[in-house]
Amino acid sequence: MSDIRLMQGNEACALGAIHAGVRFYAGYPITPSTEIAEIMAEELPKYGGKFIQMEDEIAGMAAIIGASLTGKKTLTATSGPGFSLKQENIGYAAMAEVPCVVVNVQRGGPSTGLPTSPAQSEIMQSKYGSHGDRGAIVLTPSTVPECFRLAVRSVNLAEKYMTPVILLMDEIVGHMREAIDLEEERKAEVYDRKKPDCGPEDYVAYAPDENGAPVLAPFGAGYRYHVTGLTHDETGFSTMVPEKVERVNRRLVDKIENNKEDIVMWEETCTDDAESVIVAYGGAARAAREAVELLRAEGKKVGLFRPISVWPFPDKALTALAAKVRSVFVTEMNDGQLAGEVKKVIGGKVPVDGLFVMDGEIMTPQEIADGWKGANQ
Amino acid sequence: MKHNIRLTGTGGQGLILAGIILAEAALLEGKNAIQSQSYGPEARGGASKAEVIIADEAIHFPKVQESDYLLAMSEKAYEKYSAGMKDGSVLIIDTTFVEERPNAKAKTTYAIPITKLAIDATGRELTANICALGVMSALGLVGEEALKKAILNRIPKGTEELNMKAFEAGKNAAEA
Repeated sequence: MSDIRLMQGNEACALGAIHAGVRFYAGYPITPSTEIAEIMAEELPKYGGKFIQMEDEIAGMAAIIGASLTGKKTLTATSGPGFSLKQENIGYAAMAEVPCVVVNVQRGGPSTGLPTSPAQSEIMQSKYGSHGDRGAIVLTPSTVPECFRLAVRSVNLAEKYMTPVILLMDEIVGHMREAIDLEEERKAEVYDRKKPDCGPEDYVAYAPDENGAPVLAPFGAGYRYHVTGLTHDETGFSTMVPEKVERVNRRLVDKIENNKEDIVMWEETCTDDAESVIVAYGGAARAAREAVELLRAEGKKVGLFRPISVWPFPDKALTALAAKVRSVFVTEMNDGQLAGEVKKVIGGKVPVDGLFVMDGEIMTPQEIADGWKGANQ
Repeated sequence: MKHNIRLTGTGGQGLILAGIILAEAALLEGKNAIQSQSYGPEARGGASKAEVIIADEAIHFPKVQESDYLLAMSEKAYEKYSAGMKDGSVLIIDTTFVEERPNAKAKTTYAIPITKLAIDATGRELTANICALGVMSALGLVGEEALKKAILNRIPKGTEELNMKAFEAGKNAAEA
């Protein structure tokens, strides 16, 4: 059986989140993410879920953290200006280890920028937008079916590693419509948050499991514990004891970094015999994919490396690829944000060039092909 | 086979919906289709552009670069988007709003008063987008049955008859 529909990326994202078990949404609508809120408002009540339109993005972020502490899977969606507002509470969710998913459908910035046009300029903000050190999980889809799939995976990873996960979309994939087979996508596995395996009297909320993540009991279930944005020990109460401070900060980084094998995702196209590789992600990867076809048609042995998790970055996979090729070419809709990480990973072993656009429009396959040729004469 | 289609006009004319219907009709026929759009912050009155790519093969780049088919439903849209036509392509203008003139890139031009036809057939200007799809049904991009089915999937209940009238008016004008 198949159930093929013409669907927007935003709609696929909302349906994916519901499939993953999201039953609470709070947010403030903003272009180009608004359809996600609209669909959640319409669909969630059918599943016994709740939708709240809050007074602003800050409150929307706070509400999903609160709802998540009761054991619900929660989601909010926004774009650039709203994503900036959410940063403080994203940091709170990271510190208090409260799972939730924040969708950012990227538009042009800075500030209110270009409300209806695409950009990819929150690559760094999605990891470093909130102060403090922490491991970050940020996934970025290129197709409408992948919006569904990565929404499911974002929820699963949030629940497994007890952390906010950013689903970093862009206006291109958010608004375009293409075919999705819902029947097929709805076979995706769903991960449910762990519950304490001891009684309330033996419960230590922030004692890490084998992944380094705490097992937080749903509030109201009889388990008493303290939740704070202050640096805390395993009981949840604040501490300034250096060893304890180091332990929790280290764990917030390590629970992601030590589980990279489980988290990282990427896709390679035409890389088997490639002598050069183009790195692109999200909506822009669609242009890069056709650029590879254009260059191949001219006999250039070019492949495509598409990070799906931009954070953690698939560094091992790119390092392995870099050992086989003569050059790397990054293209993205910003001033080279991920190119910086690519250069860090490549470590000067091969030249890294790029095409970076900030004009509110997706680069064309020909522009990428021409840029690649200019860099690989 | 790859058709690049651009539907252009003014915000509020329903061109994005027309694009969605066209893409959905192509899916119903087992083809690949991608629909995308661009518009300004205004709800009405700004420039509006919907793009549809229909192909047998996989479609990666989602935007139309040069159009094989251009529908222009406002003078401004014609001025802006006629430059992006492929040589030897098809041009459809709504002469209710667009002045008819020679176009060197057009192999075929359909100069049809689409909005006027829609008003005459249904009394409702907002059926002009469906009338435009009627015109496009004569181009052989997608079958008439699939198009009609896709229209019925996407319009409000109770407006079926109205929209079919607008569709037929467009189709008859294009085939005349």
